[in-house]
Amino acid sequence: MAGKPKLYYFDGRGKMESIRWLLAAAGVEFEEEFLETREQYEKLLQGGSLLFQQVPMVEIDGMKMVQTRAILSYIAAKYNLYGKDLKERALIDMYVGGTDDLMGFILMFPFLSAEDKEKQRAIIVEKATSRYFPAYEKVLKDHGQDFLVGNSFSWADVHLLEAILMVEEKKSDVLSGFPQLQAFKARISSIPTIKKFLQPGSQRKPVPDDKYVETVRRVLCMYYDIKAN
Amino acid sequence: MSGKPKLHYFNGRGRMESIRWLLAAAGVEFEECFLETKDDLTKLQKDGSLLFQQVPMVEIDGMKMVQTRAILSYIAAKYNLYGKDLKERALIDMYVEAVMDLNELLMTHVAQPADKKEEHFATIVDKATNRYFPAYEKVLKDHGQDFLVGNRFSRADVQLLETLLTAEEFKPDILAKFPLLQSFKARISNIPTIKKFLQPGSQRKPPLLEKDLPKVMKIFY
Repeated sequence: MAGKPKLYYFDGRGKMESIRWLLAAAGVEFEEEFLETREQYEKLLQGGSLLFQQVPMVEIDGMKMVQTRAILSYIAAKYNLYGKDLKERALIDMYVGGTDDLMGFILMFPFLSAEDKEKQRAIIVEKATSRYFPAYEKVLKDHGQDFLVGNSFSWADVHLLEAILMVEEKKSDVLSGFPQLQAFKARISSIPTIKKFLQPGSQRKPVPDDKYVETVRRVLCMYYDIKAN
Repeated sequence: MSGKPKLHYFNGRGRMESIRWLLAAAGVEFEECFLETKDDLTKLQKDGSLLFQQVPMVEIDGMKMVQTRAILSYIAAKYNLYGKDLKERALIDMYVEAVMDLNELLMTHVAQPADKKEEHFATIVDKATNRYFPAYEKVLKDHGQDFLVGNRFSRADVQLLETLLTAEEFKPDILAKFPLLQSFKARISNIPTIKKFLQPGSQRKPPLLEKDLPKVMKIFY
């Protein structure tokens, strides 16, 4: 039965946040069921809803989709945010792979010890400013267009904006050497669906806090120490 | 200039191996340029060939593609190994992403510190036999077809076979409780392009031995 997509995850960013961004960017309304207790999670498991026993899980178009990238690719293709042909798709996939790797450094940040957090913050900033931001700065400079791929708004633009904002939360002036990215950030943030998502009261989730970490550990029984990679 | 795809990586499996498998499965001949030293990597980085300074990199159809998933998706779509519509693609993507998660565990085992190796091995066996293999066994059982998706050979079959064989290298009886995966393995291994790739002399790479790890690390660190 067609209805709004329904997201199953914790009440926090984690791996689901990129999916929230993309749905919002596409102007698609969605519902959320937040995992608060171990019992809820076990009920999902026993009901066979989680193909590999993991969340994110998104009910969409009659499917119970798992695996973040699979979900994102499906949404991008369905809502025409995946380029017009195979070559544009290849570029989008490359760019999204990079921003995914960058956001991967931030993903486990809330779970680190205070000491490791400081080290990881430095790593995040270093990778952003020496590897990833220069690549996107050059892409934008070389073609001089408003969007990363094919002169058309795509998943790559949404994902890069999300990554930029996340890194800025770790170091507010991190874009200072990147004029193209600054203009890109302003431009994409102004797109009506994105602008709406960036306003208070949207389904965008805040920076993860200790309560979020506690919830994840409780629901997944994930009590071991997380080390930075 | 159109020619054979050219793969840039070290002479070993790593993240390039799935790409080799998929090209081979599609019957596509490819060339390889092996990084031997740090200088080889630096040279590629300096001449702007590596978008994020990293390999794998594959020269294909006039592009210098990086990011393993992007490369695999491009090859799969180009050679019709990606399903017939969006929904089949979604299933393929789900299956393939999980296979890649398991493959990541297998791939990183050799680099685990000595005091963590036993625990890591146990994790691999646990995840393989309690999380991943049961899921694929059920998929095959539920539809009773030869291939994972859409009754047709796809990248999902190739990537699953690759990982099944790698898992067996870790623990030869790891498929003992999964009869459908065993017959899947035999069936897909018999596909002519795959069969050829599985024979000695192909471009398939052997597992990385611990003694060879330092040489590989020197290239990247």
